[in-house]
Amino acid sequence: MRIKLAAISFAVAGLLAASLPLFAHHGYASYDTDRKVTLKGTVTRWIWSNPHCLLQLDVTDDSGHVVHWVAETENPTAMSRAGWTDKSLKVGDQITLTALPVKSGAPVGRIIDVILSNGQKLPGRVNPATEVKPEDTPKY
Amino acid sequence: MWKHFFVVPGIVLAALVLSPPLRSQTDKPSSSAPTEPGLDGWGRPITGLAKDRKPAPAPRHDISGIWDEPELTGIQPLGAKSAPDDGKPEHQLPYTPLGLQELKRTKPSNGSRSVLPGDTNDPVFSYGDPQGLPRENLYELRTTQVLQTPQSVVILYQFGKTWRVIWTDGREFPKDPEPRWYGYSVGKWVDDYTLVVDTVGMDERTWVDRAGRPHSADLRVEERFRRLDHDHLELTVTIDDPKMYTKPWIALDKFVFELQPASFDVREMIWSPSEYERYNKLMGNTGGDRENH
Repeated sequence: MRIKLAAISFAVAGLLAASLPLFAHHGYASYDTDRKVTLKGTVTRWIWSNPHCLLQLDVTDDSGHVVHWVAETENPTAMSRAGWTDKSLKVGDQITLTALPVKSGAPVGRIIDVILSNGQKLPGRVNPATEVKPEDTPKY
Repeated sequence: MWKHFFVVPGIVLAALVLSPPLRSQTDKPSSSAPTEPGLDGWGRPITGLAKDRKPAPAPRHDISGIWDEPELTGIQPLGAKSAPDDGKPEHQLPYTPLGLQELKRTKPSNGSRSVLPGDTNDPVFSYGDPQGLPRENLYELRTTQVLQTPQSVVILYQFGKTWRVIWTDGREFPKDPEPRWYGYSVGKWVDDYTLVVDTVGMDERTWVDRAGRPHSADLRVEERFRRLDHDHLELTVTIDDPKMYTKPWIALDKFVFELQPASFDVREMIWSPSEYERYNKLMGNTGGDRENH
């Protein structure tokens, strides 16, 4: 029984893992561009680098579980033009993140904006218009 | 032991995947454009041009300077800006049968033929190959510095910290040259303000643009740099490859750069393998296998 339960658990975990997103910078195919999520959490890491900057954030949900979110935005060159620097966020900062979530439901997103504890709002760069709709795919 | 080995990771993974966000909304997010000029590579504010500034006349035979396009439209994520791979009929390219055949061999991770990142064969993302020419003009065209000597024009591209030389000393193309990523470029002033650059000898491994448009060894690229006035430089790029396309087509049409101050320090923009690996680990593949892009 114990083995059977373990096997089922492993299979479910495998299916869930397989459903996690595969996506690249500059693509929006993995994101649900009709939704956004707003999360209050604690910054665990702010990575100011190419190809995209990354924010890691611990969020405690209604059940008391801590969920480790990661959200991307664009590269330092682009983000510097939206008021961001490598020092915009630091470990321990309490922030509110609004992001496009990925379709799979994994705790992964793309930054729409971040509100710092002092009320300052840092806008992300989101442009789903660069995505091509399936119906627009040419037939060669 | 078995229980801990399988059940605990299963519960943790399920919690991670199924945990709902604290609050969901259904209104569609809006786009955002650059909100301020930002900082240059030295951490100093980018001043930009004053809106009411009246530019001085263009200097003769001179396109030197540090050039930028503030709206960042040089990124061209869907392929060449003037012919993006967005599915619109007016942007369909005049492929030859061979061109179509070669197009089907490229698997870009953006545009109408987009594949999953792990399935792309984009030489830049899969292998770290140079973009080469003309792709350097057609993907991530950002701050561009132009230097001139009596014999040449040297272009320094921000993306990848890449440079190339355009010879303006009147030389001919080499005979039967070995292929190069950036080919062989010669430039000629056709009037006081227009430098026309022809390039041949590009390596066939490169793509024309981010959308995987193909080219052959017969590719010839024309870049037409036109100094509109002291503060503005216009670039038009034309692709001519009779093996792949039935006629020449314009990939970049009158793309306008703005002159930056001579003291502008261009920010580094290098996609290093280690940064790629970290990005893919955190964003692209939580299963542990490294992705190509």
